[in-house]
Amino acid sequence: MRQPALDRRAILLLASGIAGAGTAAEAAPAATPPAAETPPAGYIFLQPSEALFVEALAMHMVPADDLSPDGVALGIPVFIDRALAGSWGKGDRLYMQGPWRSGSPNQGYQLPLTPSELYRVGIAQSNAYCQATYGKTFDRLPAAEREGFLVALSQGRLALPGGLPARPFFDVLYQTVMEGMFADPIYGGNRDKAAWRMIGFPGVMANNAQNIALYNDGRRFTAEPVGIADMS
Amino acid sequence: MARTLPPVDIVIVGMGWTGGIMARELGPTGQKIVVLERGGPRSTGENFSVPMIRDELRYAQRTDLMMDTAKDTVTIRNTPAETALPMRRLGSFLPGEGVGGAGAHWNGATWRWADNDLKIRSMYEQRYGAGFIPKDMPLRDWGVSYADLEPYYDRFEYDAGVSGKAGNIKGRKQAGGNPFEGPRKRDYPLPPLTENYASKLFRTATQGLGLHPFARPAANASKPYVNPDGMQLGQCQYCGFCERFGCESNAKGSPHTTVIPVALKNPNVELRTWSWVQKVMLDSTGKRAVGVAYVNVQTGEELEQPADLVILCAYALSNVHLMLLSGIGAPYDPATGQGVVGSHYAYQGSASQQMFFEGRNFNPFIATGSMGAIVDDYHANWDFDRGPQGYIGGSTISVSGSNGRPIGYRPTPAGTPAWGAEWKRATAKWYQSALSVSALGGVMPHRQNFLDLDPTYRNRFGQPLLRMTFDFKDNDLKQNRHAAELCAQIGRAMNPTHANPAFYPRTWSVVPYQSTHNTGGAIMGAEPGASAVNTWLQSWDVTNVFVVGASAFPHNSAYNPTGPVAALAYRTGEAIRERYLKRPGLLS
Ligand SMILES: Cc1cc2nc3c(=O)[nH]c(=O)nc-3n(C[C@H](O)[C@H](O)[C@H](O)COP(=O)(O)OP(=O)(O)OC[C@H]3O[C@@H](n4cnc5c(N)ncnc54)[C@H](O)[C@@H]3O)c2cc1C
Ligand code: SF4
Repeated sequence: MRQPALDRRAILLLASGIAGAGTAAEAAPAATPPAAETPPAGYIFLQPSEALFVEALAMHMVPADDLSPDGVALGIPVFIDRALAGSWGKGDRLYMQGPWRSGSPNQGYQLPLTPSELYRVGIAQSNAYCQATYGKTFDRLPAAEREGFLVALSQGRLALPGGLPARPFFDVLYQTVMEGMFADPIYGGNRDKAAWRMIGFPGVMANNAQNIALYNDGRRFTAEPVGIADMS
Repeated sequence: MARTLPPVDIVIVGMGWTGGIMARELGPTGQKIVVLERGGPRSTGENFSVPMIRDELRYAQRTDLMMDTAKDTVTIRNTPAETALPMRRLGSFLPGEGVGGAGAHWNGATWRWADNDLKIRSMYEQRYGAGFIPKDMPLRDWGVSYADLEPYYDRFEYDAGVSGKAGNIKGRKQAGGNPFEGPRKRDYPLPPLTENYASKLFRTATQGLGLHPFARPAANASKPYVNPDGMQLGQCQYCGFCERFGCESNAKGSPHTTVIPVALKNPNVELRTWSWVQKVMLDSTGKRAVGVAYVNVQTGEELEQPADLVILCAYALSNVHLMLLSGIGAPYDPATGQGVVGSHYAYQGSASQQMFFEGRNFNPFIATGSMGAIVDDYHANWDFDRGPQGYIGGSTISVSGSNGRPIGYRPTPAGTPAWGAEWKRATAKWYQSALSVSALGGVMPHRQNFLDLDPTYRNRFGQPLLRMTFDFKDNDLKQNRHAAELCAQIGRAMNPTHANPAFYPRTWSVVPYQSTHNTGGAIMGAEPGASAVNTWLQSWDVTNVFVVGASAFPHNSAYNPTGPVAALAYRTGEAIRERYLKRPGLLS
């Protein structure tokens, strides 16, 4: 069963029964579907070799199939670029005082690098590693060698030249690819909410006081997914 | 030089659940009260409006509403032999910052801890003998009973708008509630939340096993509600953006929509946001507080606020940090076992069983923070014999599901690759059709689990960070292993297509989120010397300082903490109002 977003919004406003809710109606979404969601092209953080690396990574981790377009078409590199250029990439909320020690895995992230620095250093060292091992940078490797490199990186099994530990670099790559795929499209990834469609996540419209009782027997709730921009 | 402000009667540090309750309870005394909150103001309309608040990246991943670890954090290690290192970003737990504290972005699971917790030492000794308690486990009775706390649990349930079903009213068992709960004088203010499909399956399976499922008590309002102070709560929308998010509908019982606005109606109560307290100032004897030193973090100005009474409501960890920074009470020394402040630090046990049900849909995004069926047969049920298992404590076991937010929630069967075409197929296939059964377990105190000041790392003001030394010990591991077996057993009875291996953590890591249920460090008790505060949460050493929060818990339980955190706060508020203010001094 499909429900138009507006009806569900209206249900919230009626059902919540709170005094202030009426004023929220002014912020109700426009009924027309959003225009093209594609954010402006171009990168603001990633340098050319870094862009190639990130695009290759996104294509490899998220290949095109009947479930979704590939990672580049989904906008994952754009998401990553913006995230690294923004406050999170620059170390917002990260405790950055030394002394620096590697510690145990239980003690978590302990490098003196912000996420954008980690990306920059990690890509340079990964490309140097791939060049030395396979004779090509990561973006030019065939799929099997890309896979081999990423698996070894994820298991911390390879020594990057320059000494960056493999695991924290892999962790930030993986985290940002997944965020770029599944975060709200307003951040540049998950274009056209394709990843939400792939799994059936309805997005930010979530006024389910009725649905909780209607869908408690194993049936699937489906709705056209709604992102932040659709409601703004 | 710090600027000294005109004196006031009472300073409260922190404006979350406990700070809000204390201000609510003390406001009517007419005393001049200042509440200092390190973070900013918050309102539903400005901070929690849709669609802005439904942003998984900003609030769940980047922890936008929580403590900023660039400014202040803790250092962590598993044992005293290691060098503690800073928790450089949030992970395992998510302390709050800003008006409402963690109470603005909690889940709302609200429990009444009963005598099996409050009288833990005497009940275990009586049933199993003193030898059952390991030597390195300084287990303590709390010095209060369930009967003492019952009226204050009731206050909180009615103020916060808790949805649930009583299991025991005045000693009479009630069908559909928790049969193991202590006797309550009346039912919850709101009926339970609507049951979802996952809970139905769990209820049928656990009933088949002879267990006693019921709906988890939830401060997510099942209907529109007006609390006894006239504050309005909306109806919960099962929005799936509950834990880590503020509630657009005002359906989540939160201090910023309940106790805080009520407190601020009193003209004698003043809230100062962006006011970061650095320490409690003591007089030359060290036995009396004369006020607090704080920084206006918007201007950088250092200020001193003189006061006759100081109430710490800064969350369990910050309470202990402030006591250590101020020299209130004797710091705990793990080598000798002497001292109390910092001892009995505890956390949360857990276990889980992930399962997959081909062709069935659970709609995981139609969810609230605390809904779901749960069993208490292995915790509050005193007939559950711990003897053969050989541990103290227990677990509550429930069917999971507070959300389906896709950055964080993408279950796949064990062995599925982490990326690529096969990963995509499994992610798409199982998103709707996975469930887990999970356990929340206690943690018993241990001599080597404690809090003190870090020798190396500093916060933004140059003060030593709080250092946390913690790991799950033998007793906790036995409990959690047993809980994993129970989760697996219940899981099998739910008849999934297939299941991942049951899981419990073998050691504590700061990386994955577990729970914001940090307890201990300034424990309560009936005896000075063995506790940091008395049962009125009053410092034994500096009697015009009260320390309110889960810092007072002598151990952690298989329930979430805020029920007794709030109940103890109401009880302390009443004691200050009715007795302390009339005759300042040690309450007895
Ligand atoms: C994601 C999440 C889910 C949770 N779910 C549940 C649940 O389902 N059930 C449950 O029982 N509990 C839950 N909790 C825990 C619950 O939120 C806390 O138990 C409760 O908020 C504690 O109240 P408090 O007053 O001690 O701390 P808080 O409510 O956090 O308030 C403390 C306040 O003190 C301020 N402060 C700290 N240090 C200073 C300083 N130096 N100067 C000035 N101000 C300061 C902080 O900024 C904060 O606003 C959850 C917590 C989180 C984070
Ligand atoms: S699940 Fe309910 S209580 Fe929680 S934030 Fe959503 S509407 Fe509010």
